[in-house]
Amino acid sequence: MTAATAPARGPGTAAHAARRAFRALALPAVLIGVWWAVSSASGSYLVPPPDVIAAAFAELWFSERFFADALPSIARLLGGYALALALGIGAGLALGSAPRLRALTEPVLEFLRAVPPPVLVPLLILLAGVGNGMKVLVIVSGCVWPILLNTIEGVRAVDPVLADTCRAFGVRGTRRLRTLVLRSASPQIMAGARQALSIAIILMVISEMFASSSGLGFTVVQFQRSFAVPEMWAGIVLLGLIGVVLSLLFRRVERRVLAWHTGLRAATRGE
Amino acid sequence: MPEPALPPDTSQGSGPMPEPMLDVVGLHKTYPGDGRPVEAVRDLTFRLEHGEFVCVVGPSGCGKTTLLKCLAGLMAPTSGRVELAGRPVTGPPADLAVVFQEYGRSLFPWLTVRANVELPLIEKGTGKARRRELVEESLAAVGLSGSADAHPWQLSGGMQQRVAIARAVAYEPAVLLMDEPFAAVDAQTRGDLEDLVRDIWRRLDVTVLFVTHDIDEAVYLGQRVLVLSAAPTVLQEEVRVDLPEERDQLDTRKDPRFAELRAWAYAEIQRAKADVHRSGAGPRE
Ligand SMILES: Nc1ncnc2c1ncn2[C@@H]1O[C@H](COP(=O)(O)OP(=O)(O)OP(=O)(O)O)[C@@H](O)[C@H]1O
Ligand SMILES: [Mg+2]
Repeated sequence: MTAATAPARGPGTAAHAARRAFRALALPAVLIGVWWAVSSASGSYLVPPPDVIAAAFAELWFSERFFADALPSIARLLGGYALALALGIGAGLALGSAPRLRALTEPVLEFLRAVPPPVLVPLLILLAGVGNGMKVLVIVSGCVWPILLNTIEGVRAVDPVLADTCRAFGVRGTRRLRTLVLRSASPQIMAGARQALSIAIILMVISEMFASSSGLGFTVVQFQRSFAVPEMWAGIVLLGLIGVVLSLLFRRVERRVLAWHTGLRAATRGE
Repeated sequence: MPEPALPPDTSQGSGPMPEPMLDVVGLHKTYPGDGRPVEAVRDLTFRLEHGEFVCVVGPSGCGKTTLLKCLAGLMAPTSGRVELAGRPVTGPPADLAVVFQEYGRSLFPWLTVRANVELPLIEKGTGKARRRELVEESLAAVGLSGSADAHPWQLSGGMQQRVAIARAVAYEPAVLLMDEPFAAVDAQTRGDLEDLVRDIWRRLDVTVLFVTHDIDEAVYLGQRVLVLSAAPTVLQEEVRVDLPEERDQLDTRKDPRFAELRAWAYAEIQRAKADVHRSGAGPRE
């Protein structure tokens, strides 16, 4: 199969790209078609046809509303996510390399992780008000856990032979942290970070549904309450698109960071 | 701050050295274990002179790796002491390098071959230009100049082992410890690597302790062979290898003296096992 497609690849790179684009877009196109058929058949105003949603989307988001509602949401999302990464990885490194500290904190961490972050919103409103701080805190409080726990796992799994190698050659301190601990824990850290990203998006929306007067979550709820159905859908579509773009970006970063891991796995499987 | 480098040996062949390079006295190691302690090394006393090439042979599980880790300062002995050039070893000494038994796992998979060799030198504070020189030289010495930008997992087992050797050599240690480095490579590669290590030892002014379970290899490589007993481990026997300095895979191994020496060492190991069986003091296999 590879042998058959290989010669076609040289002159037909454009055709190849077209085929890839087709494969990626075929199913969405079909789904939009189905949506169209269903919505025009049912005639329900709750399920407007795609062209109506598209028009609402363009009108809503290609205006300063994007800067007033969408951009601040995205900024809080990224800010909270970055903070959770720093906190989770930092604390994970410390706890992962100190067995006694870990044993001491483990029950507390398990408890905190088990608390569903949305129930923290009322509490955080009391503590931090209804501003940006509260919303970022909600995001951090939810997505720090997978990062933290995965980092701890990763640090614990550092190969003892590599650790001995570092000791024997006098590699210690920050260089040891950067070249040994962080790198060997990076597959687990990335796995935690991926989980955290989807949690962050959910919590961004939820934090804006409470006591808020702007943001994407607020917008969607507001349109729902005022029966502006196409606009509500337009908000949902934007949220979906943000999720897709972020996960594509994440995958790019991951491919770079974990190139060695992918290669190593392929090499060991090939044996 | 790393300890100062040892003075170069200027007195080769001019009488006995004032102090040995490596001095091991009454080394004993018992692993605490889970309820049942494991006595890995009972009592070992020996010394390595400056610039010597000494091989340690012993049956599997007799504590060779344990001994090596104590010498490298990676593990504290239960009792006894280890001195490197007159200084007691309490942690990994700055002028000692190790090639580990699990060489594949001792290379950083996320670093290129070049970066793997360079890392200890960066930590040591070697200047950039000198670092490049050392990396190039040591990779050339093991025949891996062409693979400097590859990652370890892109190399064969034998090549990975050579990277580990190059890293140890580039470190410019006074003492080089090697733990069964060729146990997992094929016979042909093994012969080449043996000659490579002899060659490096002769060109650089380095004291080598080479652990193996292969008697032939020990006799072929060493100036002296220490035979360890089965657990409880003591120094069973010691032999000076009076083969010519120039060694060759074909000629040396055909030498009748080589056959004598290996037969003798083989008998020693057999005797070690038999002693253990007779006295009944040995561990369960
Ligand atoms: N970390 C440890 N904890 C407890 N016991 C250990 C530990 N490491 C080694 N041992 C025990 O100590 C003894 C000696 O082990 P060691 O690895 O030093 O042997 P070896 O001579 O290097 O063997 P091989 O030739 O198979 O590499 C063995 O009985 C082993 O089970
Ligand atoms: Mg061993």
